[in-house]
Amino acid sequence: MKVSRRSFLSLIIGGAAGTALSPLPAKLMDDSAIWTQMWPWTPVPEDGEVSHVDSICTLCPGGCGITVRKVNDRAIKIEGMKGHPVNDGGICVLGLSGLQLLYGPTRVKTPLKRIGARGEGRWEKISWDEAIAEVVKKLGELREKGKSHTVACISGADRGTVAHLLGRFLTVYGSPNFIRIPSIQDSYELTMYLMQGVQASVGFDVENADFVLSFGSGLIEGWGSPVRMIKANSIWKEQGKVVQIEPRLSNTAAKSDKWIPINPGTEAALALGIAHVIIQKSMYDTNFVNNYSSDFEEFKQIVLNEFSPDDVAKITGVSASTIESLAKSFARASKPLAVCGRGQGETPGSLNEFMAVHALNALVGNINKKGGVWAVPDPDYIKWPEVEMDRVAADGRNKARIDGAGSKRYPDTRYLLDRLPDAINSGKDYPIEALFVVGANPVYTIPDSNAVKEAFNKVPFVVSFSSYMDETAANSDLILPNHVFLERYEDVPTPVGLQKPIIGLAKPVVKPQFNTKHVGDVILLIAKSFGGRIADAFPWESYEACLKKTLGNKWDKLINDGFWSDSNFKPAVWESAFSTPSGKFEFLNKGGAESIKIEGDKQSYPLILIPYDSMRLASGFIGAPPFAIKTVEDTVLKGKEIVVEVNPKTAKEFVEGRHAILSTPKGQAKVRIHHFDGIMPGIVALPRGLGHTAYDEYLVDKGINFNELIGPVEDLVSGLNAAWGIRAKLTRA
Amino acid sequence: MSTSDDKAKEVSAEADVSAEAVDEVETASPPKVNEKKQDNGGLGFIILFFIIGLVGSLAVGWWIFPKLLYSQKKQPIDFNHVLHVGTVEEGCESCHYFREDGSFSGVPKLAQCVDCHEEVMGEDPEELKFVEEYVAKGKEVPWLIYSRQPDSVFFSHAAHIKMGKVDCVICHGYIGESTHSRVYEENRFTGYSRDIWGKNIAGLKKNTWDRMKMDDCAECHAENRAVPKTVETLPWPISWMPRPYEKPASSQIRVHIEKDACFVCHK
Repeated sequence: MKVSRRSFLSLIIGGAAGTALSPLPAKLMDDSAIWTQMWPWTPVPEDGEVSHVDSICTLCPGGCGITVRKVNDRAIKIEGMKGHPVNDGGICVLGLSGLQLLYGPTRVKTPLKRIGARGEGRWEKISWDEAIAEVVKKLGELREKGKSHTVACISGADRGTVAHLLGRFLTVYGSPNFIRIPSIQDSYELTMYLMQGVQASVGFDVENADFVLSFGSGLIEGWGSPVRMIKANSIWKEQGKVVQIEPRLSNTAAKSDKWIPINPGTEAALALGIAHVIIQKSMYDTNFVNNYSSDFEEFKQIVLNEFSPDDVAKITGVSASTIESLAKSFARASKPLAVCGRGQGETPGSLNEFMAVHALNALVGNINKKGGVWAVPDPDYIKWPEVEMDRVAADGRNKARIDGAGSKRYPDTRYLLDRLPDAINSGKDYPIEALFVVGANPVYTIPDSNAVKEAFNKVPFVVSFSSYMDETAANSDLILPNHVFLERYEDVPTPVGLQKPIIGLAKPVVKPQFNTKHVGDVILLIAKSFGGRIADAFPWESYEACLKKTLGNKWDKLINDGFWSDSNFKPAVWESAFSTPSGKFEFLNKGGAESIKIEGDKQSYPLILIPYDSMRLASGFIGAPPFAIKTVEDTVLKGKEIVVEVNPKTAKEFVEGRHAILSTPKGQAKVRIHHFDGIMPGIVALPRGLGHTAYDEYLVDKGINFNELIGPVEDLVSGLNAAWGIRAKLTRA
Repeated sequence: MSTSDDKAKEVSAEADVSAEAVDEVETASPPKVNEKKQDNGGLGFIILFFIIGLVGSLAVGWWIFPKLLYSQKKQPIDFNHVLHVGTVEEGCESCHYFREDGSFSGVPKLAQCVDCHEEVMGEDPEELKFVEEYVAKGKEVPWLIYSRQPDSVFFSHAAHIKMGKVDCVICHGYIGESTHSRVYEENRFTGYSRDIWGKNIAGLKKNTWDRMKMDDCAECHAENRAVPKTVETLPWPISWMPRPYEKPASSQIRVHIEKDACFVCHK
């Protein structure tokens, strides 16, 4: 007797029969279906109690209201707050991705002290006490040596309690160097100041305008408060017209009623050309011009002599007949509105251009009128007692600012961050010994990245308050991580471009996830460690107490509704709107309409490089989160390579999709070519918001940073950066 | 598959071949007798092995497999429902209540327990453990949930309890009458509780609360002609196991697929 192959087969058959008669196959099949729902990489929100917290998004200056849905203690989704005066339920891709900035991998989880070389990425975790002691020691030494003015602070904002606390600390400590991140706000504020004599932010009554003349503003690409502008654009579709003037067929241009391609950088001339037609044909608002403006005759002479449609056509490339018809449509519209500031408005631009465009608004009499441009006073709820400075502080405050703002040369400009790198690198004035960066990422966002890095390396003590390991944090000596916007209280005064004063309150949606501290609390702790008058200037126990006291009777409303607005607000009437020396609107135009000369000579660099902005790429202080970067098309970013847009006529020798070397006087980069009929010949366009060297793996090393290829160009009147592009060339890779 | 006759033929043919081979070596031996013996022994073995295979796999499938498939877990705290139901005023809903937005709270959170158990109230060592390890440390109790459905299932308690007036017992059984927490059997493969498939590995059930599969939803919906109709109107049986219940005589489960029917429960 032996066991044969047949017996074995028989065993298998018996086994198969038995298995089929057992519940095993059915059960396993059922279980495998269920198992597929248990894969650990499938994100499933936990089950639990759902709640909603209203807050304000502070990822950009747009100030949208948000409603965050939570399950238990976990934030699940960010939605736009219904009924909020800015965005009424809408939200943008960055705001929607905000949770990735809360829970994502890019956060700084505890105070860090550099142990390797600058930017090497070697850090030591330290406690908050040690971190604050470190700052106090350094600042104390500088102050003892009478060098308090060598401390500078770069801040993302200059309004709201956090910025005021920073400014107050610098004042009482003894430094004049509080510097805000540049944007078109600088130019608009200066325009308001020079032409209307008011210190106010500019507001646009976009919802009521019926003819919008945009000089390159990315109206639906992040200019102003992005969600509000997109909503306004929907209104214009029904009852209005949009004319977009820019050299590239942007999304805004594509969605407008008329796109007028223009030689880049000649927008001021076009505005004055339009003014010429309006004045010549007497289509301006005579009531406003005759009764509420001064030096109109002088303005008229300049415009009529130098900016005839034919002359302007030569400069701008826009035909004389187009200029005439534009002028007519603009002047005849019942609520015309002219706006400027290119793309998302991150580069201040030339003052001439802003004043020329604002003059158009004045000519049609839409200043402080429905559908027009309004001067919006800041909601003045921050009424802290004046600080008492000691002698050191007073001496320090009397020193000239390092960036040259408020100097004889640029008396009316408040901040000139773009001049800071050069001021530090040239060593002309005094060295900066300590630099604080709050709510900003200058190493990434300021033009001429190499010069910025060099300047940072010359500052012996750089402190970053960033919640994220951004480029500036990576190049600092000490990181004191702030709570992210979903973890902290903060007041958000009138969002950029809004026509009425409101205050929003950002509230903690979740508990702080890591060992971070509110920057307001850190300032209070530093001040208290100094004692004396510095400590006296900060009588509050905590930032929250300070905020609550400052907001006073508005606090309850802010907590309940998320925002406070002055329902009775009306813009000043023309009789009392202007505080210029003449008491009227001043058409004066400080430097004529010379266009800004960009860097580079035509022989070596035959092309012009301009940047463009997109809603999908955050190009400011916050880097685009993974959700947003996923939405970027292949014609912008192909794998890790950046794609530039060139007109097929210009790029004859380059095959679509192939590599090329893009060089400018500031640097060069390998790019891919995309033939695009929607861009004027002779121009290369590069997307902004890419080329990060810090943040997380989803963002790092993707494309190149436009700021590495361009440097600032100083506006002659304001000193602000007016560079709208740079000369460039493309060579085969 | 070949018939048994074919099989016999194949076997004998093969035996012939081997017999011839034997002939060649040992010329004198009478081949017929040997052939017969070998044949009988082989068949016996074949049947024996078939039975071993059959019985073995049946044993594996019905007895060993369930033992291997489920791990036995103890609840972190042995909970006495009877004691609690006797103390609270509103029965089940005192702890398992509907939130303001209509969602169901399920297993209570620590915050609810703390309302009474801030301090130790009785002498039960389990309560002491609860207060010391969870209440004092502010830690949530990691309760193991017997009735947790896979993530693909959307189930609204409000629709069933408030609108359908279904008693808790129909699905959850007489859990309120338990004095100890029973062992939680976790499916090692899927991670879900054994209660979903049911204790009986064949899927048989005596009571409505013995199983919580989709068929059970469908059964109840068919019996009660409950809305949404979509639950009772699937054209094919979900489970191929024999159904332990009679279909309601009055109504055949109608084939009637409405648009988006699946997504009523599978969001």
